[in-house]
Amino acid sequence: MTSLDPIQVFRTEAAELFEQIESGLLDLLNDLSDQDTIDAVFRGLHTLKGSGAMFGFEALAAFTHHCETAFDRVRKGQVPATDELVAAVLDAQDHMKALVSTPQGDHEDASNRLLAALHAAVGGAATTGHVVTPPLPQASAQAAAPASAPAKGQAFHIAFRLPANAMINGTNPLGLLDELRELGECTVKADLSTIPGLGSLEPTDLYIGWSVDLVTEQGRDAIDDVFIFVMDDMDIKVTEVAPVEAKAAEAAPAAKAASPAPEATLQKAEPAKAPGNEPKHGGKQAENVRVPAERLDELMDRVGELVIAQSRLSQLAGSSADLHLRAVSEDVERLSGELRDTMMVLRMVPVGSLFGRFRRLVHDLARETGKVIELETEGETTEVDKTVIERLADPLVHLVRNSIDHGLEPPDERVAAGKDKTGRVILSARQSGGEVIITIKDDGRGINRDRVRAKAESSGLIQPGQMLTDQELLQLIFQPGFSTAAQVTNLSGRGVGMDVVKKTVEALRGVIDVRSENGRGSEISLRIPLTLAIIDGLLVRVGAGSYVIPLSAVEECLELSLEDDLRSRGRSFISLRDNLVPFLRLRELFETGTPPDRYQKMVVISTGDARVGLVVDQIIGDHQTVIKSMSKLHHDVVTFSGATILGDGGVALILDVTHLVAVGQYQEAHLRAAG
Amino acid sequence: MNPETVKHLFDHVWKDQDELSVLTFSLNGETFAIEAINVQEILDLLPETRVPGAKPFVAGVINFRGRVIPIADLRRAFGMEATEATIDSRIVVVELTLEGEPCLVGLRTDKVHEVTTLPHAAAEPPPIVGMRWRPDFIHCLVRRGTDFVIIPNLEVIFSTQPARSAA
Repeated sequence: MTSLDPIQVFRTEAAELFEQIESGLLDLLNDLSDQDTIDAVFRGLHTLKGSGAMFGFEALAAFTHHCETAFDRVRKGQVPATDELVAAVLDAQDHMKALVSTPQGDHEDASNRLLAALHAAVGGAATTGHVVTPPLPQASAQAAAPASAPAKGQAFHIAFRLPANAMINGTNPLGLLDELRELGECTVKADLSTIPGLGSLEPTDLYIGWSVDLVTEQGRDAIDDVFIFVMDDMDIKVTEVAPVEAKAAEAAPAAKAASPAPEATLQKAEPAKAPGNEPKHGGKQAENVRVPAERLDELMDRVGELVIAQSRLSQLAGSSADLHLRAVSEDVERLSGELRDTMMVLRMVPVGSLFGRFRRLVHDLARETGKVIELETEGETTEVDKTVIERLADPLVHLVRNSIDHGLEPPDERVAAGKDKTGRVILSARQSGGEVIITIKDDGRGINRDRVRAKAESSGLIQPGQMLTDQELLQLIFQPGFSTAAQVTNLSGRGVGMDVVKKTVEALRGVIDVRSENGRGSEISLRIPLTLAIIDGLLVRVGAGSYVIPLSAVEECLELSLEDDLRSRGRSFISLRDNLVPFLRLRELFETGTPPDRYQKMVVISTGDARVGLVVDQIIGDHQTVIKSMSKLHHDVVTFSGATILGDGGVALILDVTHLVAVGQYQEAHLRAAG
Repeated sequence: MNPETVKHLFDHVWKDQDELSVLTFSLNGETFAIEAINVQEILDLLPETRVPGAKPFVAGVINFRGRVIPIADLRRAFGMEATEATIDSRIVVVELTLEGEPCLVGLRTDKVHEVTTLPHAAAEPPPIVGMRWRPDFIHCLVRRGTDFVIIPNLEVIFSTQPARSAA
């Protein structure tokens, strides 16, 4: 493994912080007075500033500082949170992202412009006269001293103890003490009570605690700020002492600090950010371990090989009479099955992490287009393979943009059409069999089929007057360079995007369904296989070759009797519970040149509503299939989506269900047209 | 193909070296050589899985240590007749760079001879005329006694052949 690049680590961390800040800001738009959210945003900004400075992103730290300052005043209730402020901070946040990605770039102008907007938002909203928006460079100093701070100074008694490994982790207690000294006059005492005997003393551990009596003109928050980076792990107790009692507190032994101070002022000093209060926020975040994706992939490969070895073992055991061997083999089978399932879960990420990004997009688009939009998300907990999530991000952006730009009407048009002024976009995800279905639905004007047809005819995609099914017509919007937008807007209408959506989804072995009702809205569903690595498959034999059909697509297996077979010559349809199902003879498709088995079987597979039967010679059974991709040299063979290795070391090809169904449907349409 | 391109390819394979370390094998009586550095492994014949619908040049796949790799038959590229496998038949697994990515391919051979060094001095670019094979499929010919060894240009063969044979 390569050693971790600290800058990269910071960028990852920053990306997470941005997400956290952004979602906080957007939440804030719903309820501007929510103190918890304000605190969360402030914390995010503060951490960003701190880590930015630590990793040498000076410009970022300086810029973030101003945002943090502004939010600090909101947090303290000096200025109310407003839509303008949130918008300004959102813009500022985008700028911070730029500062993270290109710290060397020239950002000065943008910085100043955004800060001016930010200060306008904070200053303009100030209700009381005593808060004067200061010129930029001094903003920090002014805001750091709240207007309400007492003139003479307050006395505090601070007792703190850092964790034993604090120094190993890079915390410098002396630095903390120096910072305290800067706040005002202070007396520092070391608490040496826990220093062990020389024999058991670890030279790198920190055994000393401190008690500090501080008289400062800056408030309680200034003290908290000193400890903000270490607060989570340390023991700290801050008590406000009435000035006259300062001497008494000073005289008290350091050990006393551990017991709560009896003063009535304690209530006021109840720490806003002390460790005791933290779990409310911290408890929400489950404990996570960050693992590079490539290590997961390595593990996945190993598990895949184990599954192959295991199926060889069970084949051996199956043909042996040794009961002990069979028992062990069954155990191994169970274990490797569980291991595989656990492994799959490891790679699964809730779709919510993907949907979260769209709140911002919708917010921005609403501002840009002047439409009133409400985004609803459903099924955020649905889990999908991480790779799938990453690759779906861009297509979904295109689809959401399209829904908003093309689908939703402006408010007045909606009212005229008798609809609610607010346009709704619903993003939902659900699991169905071996697929996850992600749907983008809007209640806009729907896809105008006449315009799609006119556009397709004028650009030569279809012949004038060509017969198309409704689905075929709607699918035309995914053709490269296709756009029905009369005007090219900033958002969409350039005709790039929708074909990218289709390509990406197809690369994930998925399918797109489009539904649209004129005047009522449209719905685009992406059906993506749950996983890309291991699937359950049905092993079948065609001629001399073995093939795997993904089990999630299999509907049923039945026997194709000789009469049925003979009767269906030339029309290749069977009647299945009053439905005509087209079927494909794989022996002919694969040109095996072998005579059919006496008792042929038919496997009925489906994607969505479309079904097709596959005639095979023999059904061997289910098989845990580790998907191996086909070589580049075989990319022209579309019938197969991959290959897998069988228990005997041979190779079986995995049938591409989507393609085969399409062939079957085509054949059906063809025959219908002919007959 | 113009003479300059031939010259360029010729220089490319030798890269200013005086000698080239190669693995030699035979196909239908001709001796071929592949740069030893590209050879991954020599295998006994393995059960091949036919890929229906694939080009005849790469008609099958094998399981090579848990990886599924295509099997190619160079005879097709050089217009030779297919022969029955013998006790000497081997699969030579080579690593190629196709479209900028490494790719393992198994080559069917009639017999694998040896790893040897070929001197630069004995090498010649393929003649432009008087040869029944496509000149760009061959890096160079190296004289060896009365006979010669063919160094095929696998990159060109694999990136052009499938399309050609399909047509």
